[in-house]
Amino acid sequence: MIPALRRYARALARDADIADDLVQDTLVRALRSERLFLGGDLRSWLYTILTNLNKNRRRSLARRPQFMPLLDNNADASGTEAEGRDIARALSTLVEEQRSVLLLVMLEGMSYREVADIQGVPIGTVMSRLARARAHVKAALDGERPALRRVK
Amino acid sequence: MTTPKIPVTEDELHAYVDNELPAERSSDVEAWLATHPDDAARVQSWRTMAEALHARYDSVLDEAVPKRLELERLERQPRRWIYAAVAATLLAFVAGGGVGWIARGATAAPSAFQSFTLDALDAHRLYVVEVRHPVEVPGSERAHLQQWLTKRCGWDVRAPDLAGLKLVGGRLLPGPSGPASFLMYESASGERFTVYTAKAETEATQMRYSAQGGDGALYWADRGVAYVVSGGSDRGRLTQVAQAVYDQMEKSGG
Repeated sequence: MIPALRRYARALARDADIADDLVQDTLVRALRSERLFLGGDLRSWLYTILTNLNKNRRRSLARRPQFMPLLDNNADASGTEAEGRDIARALSTLVEEQRSVLLLVMLEGMSYREVADIQGVPIGTVMSRLARARAHVKAALDGERPALRRVK
Repeated sequence: MTTPKIPVTEDELHAYVDNELPAERSSDVEAWLATHPDDAARVQSWRTMAEALHARYDSVLDEAVPKRLELERLERQPRRWIYAAVAATLLAFVAGGGVGWIARGATAAPSAFQSFTLDALDAHRLYVVEVRHPVEVPGSERAHLQQWLTKRCGWDVRAPDLAGLKLVGGRLLPGPSGPASFLMYESASGERFTVYTAKAETEATQMRYSAQGGDGALYWADRGVAYVVSGGSDRGRLTQVAQAVYDQMEKSGG
């Protein structure tokens, strides 16, 4: 379970250390809570905690002045492959809830129902977020290559 | 080629790619895609996108989990029983999402997870169909079986007691890095599960699921021993059995 949570967090937050902070906070919360014993799906619940923690994190970041790196040059050790960088960069251009939907469905293999529960929205909202996210990422991926060529 | 009477919507294209469409509508979508190249190209681009995501992020699954995320370090609470129960569930819970990627040769060098799982699934498929000689030592000689496998394998081999399942027996197999023990269980309805254990390099890993053909397998490592529980395609049932095996190994070794 923890490796899959780390994968989701890594894709969601990009930075490996921030991603593991999120996983750590998620696990601490899960272990402190007795809510598990009321039943329900543990996997969905952990993803819900992580998704919400990341939302809160970004909200608190937004209140401070922004010094966001222009380039994705942080510890992407395994992403030396050009394709990997492209997809990571395309993801970073998505708004938070669209990125989360895209990753939960396409990377974590969750059903629309599960994602709707995690985000606390109707299934229709999940589907429209997913459609917009896919269109956006596709445009980012398609648009990136010509832009790079122009630099040459 | 018949074009579906009801036009395929954008939502349905997404649902089709995500396996959320009912089977009868899926074939409509396939027919639609055959005659609508633009939609077909979009569907293909979404599939490529999913592959790129897995190619980029699946390596995280094989990374060692950092020390600070080890459950023992996270919490030292007085309510030990809650902690223990939650921790056991967290540990045993299956890493989802990566399903099916094992069979696609996504990584060049097979990981321990892949080599053990493939070996175990091979053995599972080879022996579960055997009616007369599925095992070398029958389950009726449980004590002898455990003693023998323990001696040959070099770690304490225990045949767990699994609710609703009878121990058919066991055998010794060549594993990826030395001898492997192989135990077979059977339900009253003839459903068979196998428990494969072999020496592993890794001290401990999370449980991981993979499926091949009609068979499913759950792999994990604990205290230098790799476990693979194999069974049919019912993932929920397999998880239940694997969880029971995990719990008993935990108890006997702890």
